[in-house]
Amino acid sequence: MIVALLLVPLVGAVALGALALRPSTADGPVPRWTAVAVAALTFALAVALLPGSRAPAAGRVVDPRHEVDVSWIPAIDVRFHVGVDGTSLPLVVLTALLTLLCTISTVRKVPAPGRAASFNALVLLLEVGLLGTFVALDLVLFFVAFEIVLAPMYFLIAVWGDAAGARHAAVKFILYTLLGSVLVVIGILTVYASAGTFDVVELSERGGAGIAHGTQVLAFAALFAGFAVKSPLWPVHTWLPDAHTEAPTVGSVLLAGALLKMGTYGLVRVALPVLPEGARALAPLLGALAVAGIVVGALCCLVQTDAKRLIAYSSVGHMGFVLLGIATLTPTGVNAALLGNVAHGLITGLLFFLVGGLKDRYGTADLRTLGSGLAERLPRLGALFVLASVASLGLPGLAGFWGEALALQAAFRPGGGQSRALYAVLLAVAAAGTAITAAYFLRLLRALVLGPDVPTGDRRVGGAVDVRPVELAAWAPLAVLTLAVGLYPRLVLGLTEAPVGALLGVFS
Amino acid sequence: MSIDYVAMAPVLAAALGALAVLVVDLVAPLRLRTTATFGTALAGAGAALAAALAIRGEPRSTFCTPPTVLPGRLEVGESCSYVVDGTTLHLLAALSAAAVAALLLAVAAARGGGLPPGEYGFLLLSSLAGALTLAGARDFITLLVGLETLTLPTYALVALRRRDPVGAEAAVKYLLVSVTSTAVTLLGVALVYGLVGSLHFDRVGVALAERADVRALPLTSAAIVLVLAGFAFKIAAVPFHWWAPDVYQGAPVPVAAYLATVSKAGGIIGLLLVTTVAFGPSSPVWSAALAVLAVASMTWGNLVALRQRHAVRLLAWSSVAHAGYLLVPLASVGGRPELQRDAVTATVGYLMLYLALTVGAFACVAAAGVTAVADFRGLARRSPLVGGALAVFLLGLAGLPPALAGLVAKVVVLRSALLAGAGWLAVAVAVNTVIGLAYYLRLAATAVADRPDADRADGIAAAGGAGAAGPASRLRLAPSLAVAVGGALVVVLVLSVAPQLALDAAR
Repeated sequence: MIVALLLVPLVGAVALGALALRPSTADGPVPRWTAVAVAALTFALAVALLPGSRAPAAGRVVDPRHEVDVSWIPAIDVRFHVGVDGTSLPLVVLTALLTLLCTISTVRKVPAPGRAASFNALVLLLEVGLLGTFVALDLVLFFVAFEIVLAPMYFLIAVWGDAAGARHAAVKFILYTLLGSVLVVIGILTVYASAGTFDVVELSERGGAGIAHGTQVLAFAALFAGFAVKSPLWPVHTWLPDAHTEAPTVGSVLLAGALLKMGTYGLVRVALPVLPEGARALAPLLGALAVAGIVVGALCCLVQTDAKRLIAYSSVGHMGFVLLGIATLTPTGVNAALLGNVAHGLITGLLFFLVGGLKDRYGTADLRTLGSGLAERLPRLGALFVLASVASLGLPGLAGFWGEALALQAAFRPGGGQSRALYAVLLAVAAAGTAITAAYFLRLLRALVLGPDVPTGDRRVGGAVDVRPVELAAWAPLAVLTLAVGLYPRLVLGLTEAPVGALLGVFS
Repeated sequence: MSIDYVAMAPVLAAALGALAVLVVDLVAPLRLRTTATFGTALAGAGAALAAALAIRGEPRSTFCTPPTVLPGRLEVGESCSYVVDGTTLHLLAALSAAAVAALLLAVAAARGGGLPPGEYGFLLLSSLAGALTLAGARDFITLLVGLETLTLPTYALVALRRRDPVGAEAAVKYLLVSVTSTAVTLLGVALVYGLVGSLHFDRVGVALAERADVRALPLTSAAIVLVLAGFAFKIAAVPFHWWAPDVYQGAPVPVAAYLATVSKAGGIIGLLLVTTVAFGPSSPVWSAALAVLAVASMTWGNLVALRQRHAVRLLAWSSVAHAGYLLVPLASVGGRPELQRDAVTATVGYLMLYLALTVGAFACVAAAGVTAVADFRGLARRSPLVGGALAVFLLGLAGLPPALAGLVAKVVVLRSALLAGAGWLAVAVAVNTVIGLAYYLRLAATAVADRPDADRADGIAAAGGAGAAGPASRLRLAPSLAVAVGGALVVVLVLSVAPQLALDAAR
């Protein structure tokens, strides 16, 4: 089942790559609808994994479903070991959903310079890497999948990005994140050198037993630094705004919605359970940097004039909450992190789709040029924009609220022997960050959506179309899920609670 | 003494192939000469490949000398000069396959009159025979004979483009460096013989293991370092690398491909044999020396590659950097002989994956028909196959998917460093991987991402007069080049799905 989940997009990517070789099939409806079909099938397979999830058996730390475990590279003890549990399932489904929506959004228009077959081949290859990361239960396999996403995302930004700055932003993205991944591989191999296995389940069951304290701290530091670049954690977040600003809409959506989750998922899946002592030693640092990210991200947002860049910085803040949740080393905090991941994927994915829609219509995402009064001009797009923005600022009843509220609650009572006083300070600063977040999103809404329809720039284009049917098909699922997860967070928490409780047993 | 002709079959196939090429070149009618010559040469290299793949069973030894007593009253058993075991067979197959690729790359150039087919085929197969001899060598004389047979024809190959002063200069430079390095190695070998009284690897190993007094002599360390220095020249490890960029750039692209693959692999195989079989007991000495070479090679190679604007020169510097990665497993052995087995597995595995990716990258450069990085602009538009394949190979050399081969190679090297506790070597590899990506990516992105520049095209068209092809026109790919690119792509993909095949080579 999981093999099919990985194989379908892979075969799809290869098939689209083959289509790209012939000029007659490199563009047009054939590669576009092929991509939609492949992504839909993948999504169906991902959803089909859901019913199989259940609480881990008593005494198990990790109890994956749909496991496949075969030898792959015996010379270096690497196995093809995959499986899903409650920690990974939400992200698997989210990734498959976002990819499907992205392919749908390209049915009408592939960003310049076109070439739908190559574009969608890269999107599907990206999906293989993302899904692979979330289902891998072998450290080297995890790393391989972790690396697969780099090249496709680079080319998506470099080739289909916005004119001048795209190449530079793409290089910055790939070099930064490669630096992160080499740190990850050093961490992984350090674990292997003292534990003698790459198997995540086995290593989690041991809970760090047999790995010396110093080694644990070193290996955790390497993994932490590597995942921090990916997440991204302040102060190694600087690649993110550039990449988001220059990337095509689909690239931004997948980057924010799925790619950033690889870092935080890696911390939960690998770093915490395998190296608990390292986690105890470095959790305060993680918490402090996460909170700094919340505040810095929010402050940066206040001065942005480009809507895409603003949303990119807001991602830094939101991922800060996710990382704060992880830094508490409590089941509540990690549940909050996983929920926050999903919520951020839904909401920020939607926001990037909407800004992409604006860019599509007006050729710019600059707030000064766009002018206010979107709600009057394009009422439906404006309404969706309001929904996504208030969800992003954490309005109760929408998806964004729960992750942040629970993370703050967890910080009030940290686990793993962490200092309560320190976390109380972190809690206070992070809470202040939520206020700034509210401020900039309200400012964004006032500047863009609300107010009179007054032209402020010279590039105002009149008579733009409101939400098109294809766009609605791509955007509506995210809006609906934002509302659904907000009203009924157990949609996600029901999956994560039991596995996370077992996973973090080592810290209680 | 009987000779085991089965063991010698790959070497004989290459050598007889070389002779056959000479004859065919002489008798074939002019119209068919290129086809016939290359057909014969490919048959020779193919026969060597087939022989290497066909040999099965127990390791075969030949050219053996009876048991004797070495100085220091060491009784040693029978020793053989040429041994074909499982590892050797894999290496023989890989070397022959790389030679097949180097032949395929030259067909189009020969048809265009750029290369004389007879000379090219003869020299290449002679050199291959040397490489195959070297891979099975188990004493210093056979090793050096193999190495020289491998190297001598390459001087001529480098200068094969007639009336090309750059090629001639490169050949002279290469000749001087090579002769010097051989002399240095010979001096080291002479010292070894003086110290232990034998030239067979296994006997040298026994003598060094049993006689602590010899092992402790400063002269022994000096001999080891001299032997290593000669091989460092061959594999172009820093600081013995300076000839490589000029020679690669001056040579025809297929010859550069051969130098970067078969010739470099020959040096690495020689190093593996010398260090782990002959000088095994003195591992602290060579390990430390190789660690310095490894870090210097990858760092300097990568840093200089960053500023290259010529694709072959860029690949030359990249091959300097890869010489560094290749040395890491041996360099991390230190004083622990139990790690040698693993180091050999890692080095041979990396070598296999490196060969596949490098052959592919050179094949794409040859297929593109241009050398300046800027001229690769829009290659993927002109030929999606070549452009896409080039990106896959270059990213693989950088250690990135989609071809998992390069990534597994990096993991293998890092693993052997970290298992040996040489964390600093692992960090050096990691940092260099990031630097390396920057330049591979520049070439890959120029080929794949850049749009053909309309203004530039007009400029070229205006300068070249009417009829100059615009960059957006389709690339006309010779069948031989298509086979080379496609074949390398298939090999890389197979090794990506089953990297075990490469890592099993040393079992």
